[in-house]
Amino acid sequence: MTVNLNKGQGISLEKKDGGVLSAVRMGLGWQAAPRRGLFGSRTREIDLDASAVLFADKQPVDVVFFRHLVSDDGSVRHTGDNLVGGAGQGGDDESVLVDLQRVPVHIDQIVFTVNSFTGQTFQEVQNAFCRLVDETNGQELARYTLDGGGQYTAQIMAKVHRADGGWRMTALGTPANGRTFQDLMPSILPLL
Amino acid sequence: MTAELVRGQNQALPWTRLEIGVEADRALALGAVLVGEAGHALGGAEGIALPGVPPPPGLAAPGPPAPTHRLAVDLGALPSAATRLDLFLALPDGPGAPARFGALAAPRVLLLGPGGEKAAGFAVTGLAEETTVVAVELYRRNGAWKIRAVGQGYQGGVPALLTDRGIDPETARRLAAVAQAHPVAPLPPAPRPDPEPVPAGPATPSGGRVDYTHPGRRPTAPAGRHPYATPAPAAPAPPTAPAAPVAGDASGWSMEERLHNQVWGMFEDLARTVAAYRGAVEFAEDRRERELDAVLDDPRGRTGQGAAAARAAASERYETLVARAQEALDRDLAQLAGESQVVEPALSPALAGWESPVWHAYRPPEQPPLSVRLGDLGLPEAPELRIPMLVRLPLERGLWIDAGRLSDGEGESRPAGLRALAAGSAALHATRLLAVHPPGGLTVHLLDPAGSGAAAFAGLRNAGLLAPAPPAGAAGVAEVLERLTRRVDLVHMAVRGGARDALPPGLDTAEQLLVVHDFPHGFDDRAVTRLRYLADEGPAVGVHLLLVADRDDAAGYGPLLDPLWRGLLRITPLPDRHLADPWVHHLWTFTPPCVPRGSAVLETVVGATARARRPGR
Repeated sequence: MTVNLNKGQGISLEKKDGGVLSAVRMGLGWQAAPRRGLFGSRTREIDLDASAVLFADKQPVDVVFFRHLVSDDGSVRHTGDNLVGGAGQGGDDESVLVDLQRVPVHIDQIVFTVNSFTGQTFQEVQNAFCRLVDETNGQELARYTLDGGGQYTAQIMAKVHRADGGWRMTALGTPANGRTFQDLMPSILPLL
Repeated sequence: MTAELVRGQNQALPWTRLEIGVEADRALALGAVLVGEAGHALGGAEGIALPGVPPPPGLAAPGPPAPTHRLAVDLGALPSAATRLDLFLALPDGPGAPARFGALAAPRVLLLGPGGEKAAGFAVTGLAEETTVVAVELYRRNGAWKIRAVGQGYQGGVPALLTDRGIDPETARRLAAVAQAHPVAPLPPAPRPDPEPVPAGPATPSGGRVDYTHPGRRPTAPAGRHPYATPAPAAPAPPTAPAAPVAGDASGWSMEERLHNQVWGMFEDLARTVAAYRGAVEFAEDRRERELDAVLDDPRGRTGQGAAAARAAASERYETLVARAQEALDRDLAQLAGESQVVEPALSPALAGWESPVWHAYRPPEQPPLSVRLGDLGLPEAPELRIPMLVRLPLERGLWIDAGRLSDGEGESRPAGLRALAAGSAALHATRLLAVHPPGGLTVHLLDPAGSGAAAFAGLRNAGLLAPAPPAGAAGVAEVLERLTRRVDLVHMAVRGGARDALPPGLDTAEQLLVVHDFPHGFDDRAVTRLRYLADEGPAVGVHLLLVADRDDAAGYGPLLDPLWRGLLRITPLPDRHLADPWVHHLWTFTPPCVPRGSAVLETVVGATARARRPGR
């Protein structure tokens, strides 16, 4: 069962049987720009980038993005940069995997962001979504649609944070502007 | 009450007269070797108890191969020079006999008191390719005798075991034939389907069926797994209980590649786990500093109860976080240590340490290996854990054994005798590279214009494993470099021109390893230029460099040689902290390989390599 999250809505990452999630994946998918005319290759591609920023006590400690695909501790992995997008049919084009059990003990929040590296606003991007998946069984936990995101080039999607010995996810959906996660830092910090 | 021993465990022996019992589901040969101070069989062949041979004093003669054995030992009657008694099991010869211990259920060794009462048992589990296993050893410590569960064996069988204890190979082969001769047809031909396999003789400790599982091992680990078997899919386990590690649990086309990748995976995991721990501890320290500063910044609460409480709270938060980080580290290290325990014994000679039993069963390979072990890597957080440092073959960059200094993290030190150690280390690396290449696959040239490395390389030189020695001094240097430079140039031209078959007929097509001892002694400017050419261009066409040098000796060249040093992989003849991993750039302690003291494994390997290279084979 999928929860369609609204802004600010939080869900606990506990399983129904009381077990705790051990690995989650943040998937990002969008539809490639349509090809037009003879010189189809000249179409401006849309490159969205998923990133994860690891915080300890509201200080950024590590970041996983297309230039640093694995966090130093190995608990967060990016599966690689997709520069053009996919079919827009719901498949993930970029993924960030989080092994929650291996996240270092001092990391208490992980913030997921999406940036438009090529500069298109979300108004121009078709069928874009972000979702959180239980990596152990492939079940979708939450989905957030980016379509109609307005004149923004970035969105702070969600944060996964420690709570009561387990992990909890809160959907943020805060729009922002920036090419990479660095540009978003001022917008992220108030949300922690 | 019977004690169950685990591998490596020892126990004091309260009696001098005792019996060793063996219970197995197949016929096994039992033998014993009396070992003296030097680790050699006492009195040569006379210190060995085998069926049909007069036993040494204090020992009964073992019976012929059978599923059960009883061997009486009188410790008081053993020669006073005996410090140890090794009891070994061997697979018998003959039709229907298993080819390796991995193919049969774990044999069980029992320690029986003078009245026949059982005092201890040891299930020899986890065996695979071995054909002979030292099951237990009785040893003298401060005048008293103890028993230790050993359970380690030799792929090369009884001859390898005896050779390792100082018996000459000829005699060892003769004795092995005696020990393993099978006078009767093999007993049960197949594993019994009967779930009550009660062997003859006294009942097992629990009185029920024999428990073949290792007491110290988790139940998911299959006992006696064949290390080269394709790993079975791990049973789905709850995420809190990680599956038991299995050797070869990585991707790859062959077992060799899988093990190589698994070792690199362990290397990465250790680097990252320690990064997580260090990150957490550093953060905890920072936070405590900040909190203590905050207490001091507040002039109202700088003294008094509130401040003390705040300080205590800051310290407690620090302690809690560090303890949790330590817990996570311990969990990960235990997992890696378990993996290391199953991976190390599965490694082939090229990847195994010199202390590994696979080197005793060494046979020249037919193919060069994928990679070779240069030494071990470790981090201070995990002093017990050593990760093999594997590099791909053919070497992409030359090796430089630093004979000048150690860089132990912060400062630098110059231990005495480092030069001699460096020469010995170079000879050891050269020996390994020679041994893991097929016969004729690698030619080693030694450039030692001053002759100062002659002693270290004497073993290889006498065995005929080095290319003919060039004339001493600068003339020899020029000659060898000239020849190798020409070779590199010719092969380069042939490769670029797509005319590999147009190479001159006299050209040695083997990989070449140029060992330069005491660089830059005997090198003029021209020779240095040639060497740099070889270091840059050689690896692509099979000419590799092993340099033994003190960088200060070449200080006269100024910064001109810096690119040469940077281009070589620097290793040290003593443990040293200077290598960085490619993921998080920790400083790792490199431990060079070394041969166990008193072991004849190096001579055995050099001898076997030399024999395989002799013309006419």
